[in-house]
Amino acid sequence: MDQKNQNYETVFIFTPVLKDSEIKETVKSYIDFIKEKGGDIIEEDLWGLKQLAYPIQKKTSGIYMVTEYKATGELVDTLEIKCRRDTNILRFLTVRLDKYAIEYNDKKRKGLVGRNKKKPADAADTPKDEAGNNKGAAKGDGGKGKQSN
Amino acid sequence: MASKNDIKFLTSPMIGNETKKYCRFKKHKIRYIDYKDEQFLMKFLNEQGKILPRRNTGNSLKYQRRVAQAIKRARHIALLPYVTDLLK
Repeated sequence: MDQKNQNYETVFIFTPVLKDSEIKETVKSYIDFIKEKGGDIIEEDLWGLKQLAYPIQKKTSGIYMVTEYKATGELVDTLEIKCRRDTNILRFLTVRLDKYAIEYNDKKRKGLVGRNKKKPADAADTPKDEAGNNKGAAKGDGGKGKQSN
Repeated sequence: MASKNDIKFLTSPMIGNETKKYCRFKKHKIRYIDYKDEQFLMKFLNEQGKILPRRNTGNSLKYQRRVAQAIKRARHIALLPYVTDLLK
Protein backbone atom coordinates (compact mmCIF):
# COMPACT_ATOMS: atom_id res chain seq x y z
CA MET A 1 0.00 0.00 0.00
CA ASP A 2 2.76 2.36 0.96
CA GLN A 3 4.53 2.28 -2.33
CA LYS A 4 1.29 2.57 -4.25
CA ASN A 5 0.52 6.06 -2.98
CA GLN A 6 2.83 8.43 -4.76
CA ASN A 7 2.87 12.14 -5.37
CA TYR A 8 2.06 13.09 -8.91
CA GLU A 9 1.84 16.37 -10.73
CA THR A 10 -0.28 16.92 -13.82
CA VAL A 11 -0.20 19.86 -16.19
CA PHE A 12 -3.31 20.35 -18.32
CA ILE A 13 -3.56 22.67 -21.31
CA PHE A 14 -7.17 23.54 -22.15
CA THR A 15 -8.33 25.17 -25.37
CA PRO A 16 -8.47 28.97 -25.29
CA VAL A 17 -12.01 28.79 -26.70
CA LEU A 18 -13.50 28.13 -23.25
CA LYS A 19 -15.30 30.89 -21.40
CA ASP A 20 -14.51 31.74 -17.77
CA SER A 21 -17.44 29.76 -16.41
CA GLU A 22 -16.56 26.76 -18.60
CA ILE A 23 -12.94 26.86 -17.41
CA LYS A 24 -14.07 26.73 -13.79
CA GLU A 25 -16.42 23.89 -14.63
CA THR A 26 -13.81 21.76 -16.39
CA VAL A 27 -11.17 22.43 -13.72
CA LYS A 28 -13.65 21.46 -11.04
CA SER A 29 -14.64 18.30 -12.92
CA TYR A 30 -11.02 17.11 -12.99
CA ILE A 31 -10.39 17.99 -9.36
CA ASP A 32 -13.58 16.18 -8.37
CA PHE A 33 -12.58 13.21 -10.52
CA ILE A 34 -9.27 12.84 -8.66
CA LYS A 35 -10.96 13.20 -5.27
CA GLU A 36 -13.68 10.73 -6.23
CA LYS A 37 -11.18 8.05 -7.19
CA GLY A 38 -9.42 8.34 -3.85
CA GLY A 39 -6.66 10.86 -4.58
CA ASP A 40 -5.68 13.67 -2.23
CA ILE A 41 -5.30 17.08 -3.84
CA ILE A 42 -2.26 18.88 -2.47
CA GLU A 43 -2.35 21.89 -4.73
CA GLU A 44 -4.24 23.25 -7.70
CA ASP A 45 -2.91 26.21 -9.58
CA LEU A 46 -4.64 27.83 -12.54
CA TRP A 47 -2.07 29.80 -14.53
CA GLY A 48 -4.65 31.15 -16.93
CA LEU A 49 -4.26 31.99 -20.60
CA LYS A 50 -0.68 31.69 -21.81
CA GLN A 51 1.04 31.89 -25.18
CA LEU A 52 2.22 28.52 -26.49
CA ALA A 53 5.79 28.15 -27.75
CA TYR A 54 4.44 26.46 -30.91
CA PRO A 55 0.91 25.95 -32.24
CA ILE A 56 -0.99 22.86 -31.07
CA GLN A 57 -4.11 21.90 -33.06
CA LYS A 58 -3.77 25.27 -34.85
CA LYS A 59 -4.11 27.17 -31.58
CA THR A 60 -1.43 29.58 -30.42
CA SER A 61 -2.51 29.97 -26.79
CA GLY A 62 -3.82 27.73 -24.05
CA ILE A 63 -5.12 27.74 -20.51
CA TYR A 64 -2.64 26.10 -18.15
CA MET A 65 -3.58 24.27 -14.99
CA VAL A 66 -1.20 22.49 -12.63
CA THR A 67 -2.30 20.04 -9.94
CA GLU A 68 -0.31 18.15 -7.38
CA TYR A 69 -1.92 15.15 -5.77
CA LYS A 70 -1.26 11.94 -3.94
CA ALA A 71 -2.74 8.90 -5.61
CA THR A 72 -2.24 5.40 -6.96
CA GLY A 73 -0.96 4.49 -10.38
CA GLU A 74 -4.36 3.23 -11.48
CA LEU A 75 -5.87 6.65 -10.90
CA VAL A 76 -3.28 8.20 -13.20
CA ASP A 77 -4.19 5.68 -15.90
CA THR A 78 -7.89 6.48 -15.70
CA LEU A 79 -7.18 10.21 -15.53
CA GLU A 80 -5.08 10.06 -18.68
CA ILE A 81 -7.75 8.10 -20.53
CA LYS A 82 -10.23 10.80 -19.52
CA CYS A 83 -7.82 13.46 -20.80
CA ARG A 84 -7.40 11.76 -24.17
CA ARG A 85 -11.16 11.56 -24.65
CA ASP A 86 -11.70 15.20 -23.71
CA THR A 87 -11.57 17.44 -26.78
CA ASN A 88 -11.12 20.52 -24.59
CA ILE A 89 -7.62 19.39 -23.67
CA LEU A 90 -4.80 20.21 -26.06
CA ARG A 91 -2.02 18.60 -24.03
CA PHE A 92 -1.37 17.07 -20.66
CA LEU A 93 1.68 15.83 -18.79
CA THR A 94 1.82 13.71 -15.66
CA VAL A 95 5.04 13.47 -13.70
CA ARG A 96 5.82 11.41 -10.63
CA LEU A 97 7.50 13.56 -7.99
CA ASP A 98 10.55 12.35 -6.10
CA LYS A 99 11.40 13.54 -2.60
CA TYR A 100 13.40 16.54 -3.85
CA ALA A 101 10.54 17.62 -6.07
CA ILE A 102 8.11 17.45 -3.15
CA GLU A 103 10.50 19.53 -1.09
CA TYR A 104 10.85 22.03 -3.94
CA ASN A 105 7.08 22.35 -4.39
CA ASP A 106 6.68 22.86 -0.64
CA LYS A 107 9.19 25.70 -0.73
CA LYS A 108 7.61 27.14 -3.85
CA ARG A 109 4.26 27.39 -2.10
CA LYS A 110 5.90 29.35 0.69
CA GLY A 111 7.50 31.65 -1.89
CA LEU A 112 11.11 30.66 -1.20
CA VAL A 113 12.07 29.43 -4.69
CA GLY A 114 10.80 29.49 -8.26
CA ARG A 115 9.54 32.22 -10.52
CA ASN A 116 7.43 33.97 -7.86
CA LYS A 117 10.37 34.14 -5.51
CA LYS A 118 9.96 36.76 -2.83
CA LYS A 119 13.07 38.74 -2.01
CA PRO A 120 13.23 39.31 1.75
CA ALA A 121 16.76 40.76 1.42
CA ASP A 122 15.51 43.55 -0.85
CA ALA A 123 12.59 44.37 1.41
CA ALA A 124 14.95 44.54 4.39
CA ASP A 125 17.42 46.72 2.51
CA THR A 126 15.12 49.57 1.60
CA PRO A 127 14.55 50.91 5.13
CA LYS A 128 18.28 50.64 5.84
CA ASP A 129 19.04 52.74 2.76
CA GLU A 130 16.85 55.49 4.10
CA ALA A 131 18.60 55.38 7.47
CA GLY A 132 22.06 56.16 6.13
CA ASN A 133 23.55 56.18 2.66
CA ASN A 134 26.90 54.69 3.55
CA LYS A 135 25.51 51.99 5.78
CA GLY A 136 22.72 51.21 3.37
CA ALA A 137 25.12 50.75 0.46
CA ALA A 138 27.35 48.43 2.44
CA LYS A 139 24.45 46.32 3.62
CA GLY A 140 22.92 46.30 0.17
CA ASP A 141 26.11 44.74 -1.20
CA GLY A 142 25.99 42.12 1.51
CA GLY A 143 22.43 41.27 0.62
CA LYS A 144 23.29 40.79 -3.04
CA GLY A 145 26.15 38.50 -2.09
CA LYS A 146 23.77 36.32 -0.13
CA GLN A 147 21.35 36.07 -3.02
CA SER A 148 23.99 34.92 -5.48
CA ASN A 149 25.09 32.24 -3.05
CA MET B 1 53.28 57.14 -15.10
CA ALA B 2 51.28 54.62 -17.03
CA SER B 3 48.59 52.98 -15.03
CA LYS B 4 47.80 49.30 -15.38
CA ASN B 5 45.01 49.99 -17.84
CA ASP B 6 47.35 51.76 -20.27
CA ILE B 7 49.65 48.78 -20.78
CA LYS B 8 48.81 46.91 -23.96
CA PHE B 9 49.58 43.28 -24.61
CA LEU B 10 49.95 41.52 -27.94
CA THR B 11 48.20 38.45 -26.57
CA SER B 12 45.45 38.63 -23.97
CA PRO B 13 46.92 38.31 -20.47
CA MET B 14 43.87 36.25 -19.51
CA ILE B 15 45.11 33.31 -21.60
CA GLY B 16 46.34 30.52 -19.38
CA ASN B 17 44.47 31.50 -16.23
CA GLU B 18 40.97 30.55 -17.30
CA THR B 19 38.62 29.88 -14.42
CA LYS B 20 37.68 26.27 -13.91
CA LYS B 21 34.17 25.25 -14.95
CA TYR B 22 31.88 24.02 -12.20
CA CYS B 23 28.47 22.45 -11.87
CA ARG B 24 26.07 25.12 -10.65
CA PHE B 25 23.66 22.55 -9.22
CA LYS B 26 26.33 20.96 -7.06
CA LYS B 27 27.70 24.32 -5.98
CA HIS B 28 24.34 25.79 -4.94
CA LYS B 29 22.93 22.43 -3.81
CA ILE B 30 19.97 22.54 -6.17
CA ARG B 31 18.43 19.08 -6.03
CA TYR B 32 15.41 19.47 -8.29
CA ILE B 33 15.11 21.17 -11.66
CA ASP B 34 11.63 22.52 -12.29
CA TYR B 35 10.40 21.84 -15.83
CA LYS B 36 7.77 24.57 -15.45
CA ASP B 37 10.36 27.33 -15.04
CA GLU B 38 11.21 28.07 -18.66
CA GLN B 39 13.20 31.20 -17.81
CA PHE B 40 15.70 29.10 -15.88
CA LEU B 41 15.90 26.39 -18.55
CA MET B 42 16.70 29.05 -21.18
CA LYS B 43 20.21 29.18 -19.71
CA PHE B 44 20.86 25.71 -21.09
CA LEU B 45 19.62 26.36 -24.64
CA ASN B 46 21.27 27.99 -27.62
CA GLU B 47 19.53 30.37 -30.00
CA GLN B 48 17.98 27.54 -31.96
CA GLY B 49 16.50 25.99 -28.83
CA LYS B 50 19.03 23.16 -28.75
CA ILE B 51 20.36 21.84 -25.46
CA LEU B 52 23.89 23.07 -24.76
CA PRO B 53 26.58 20.44 -24.24
CA ARG B 54 28.20 19.81 -20.89
CA ARG B 55 31.51 21.19 -22.11
CA ASN B 56 29.86 24.62 -22.36
CA THR B 57 27.68 24.66 -19.26
CA GLY B 58 29.99 22.71 -16.94
CA ASN B 59 27.15 20.61 -15.55
CA SER B 60 27.95 17.30 -13.95
CA LEU B 61 26.62 14.26 -15.78
CA LYS B 62 23.90 13.67 -13.20
CA TYR B 63 22.45 17.15 -13.52
CA GLN B 64 22.95 17.38 -17.28
CA ARG B 65 20.64 14.38 -17.55
CA ARG B 66 18.08 16.10 -15.34
CA VAL B 67 18.34 19.38 -17.23
CA ALA B 68 17.77 17.50 -20.48
CA GLN B 69 14.75 15.70 -19.00
CA ALA B 70 13.30 18.99 -17.72
CA ILE B 71 13.78 20.72 -21.07
CA LYS B 72 12.09 17.87 -22.90
CA ARG B 73 9.13 18.05 -20.53
CA ALA B 74 8.92 21.81 -20.97
CA ARG B 75 8.88 21.32 -24.75
CA HIS B 76 6.02 18.85 -24.49
CA ILE B 77 3.81 21.32 -22.62
CA ALA B 78 4.74 24.09 -25.10
CA LEU B 79 6.70 26.23 -22.65
CA LEU B 80 9.78 25.85 -24.84
CA PRO B 81 9.87 25.37 -28.62
CA TYR B 82 11.19 22.22 -30.30
CA VAL B 83 12.62 24.15 -33.24
CA THR B 84 13.09 27.89 -33.56
CA ASP B 85 15.41 30.70 -34.52
CA LEU B 86 16.35 33.76 -32.50
CA LEU B 87 15.22 32.36 -29.18
CA LYS B 88 17.25 34.96 -27.30
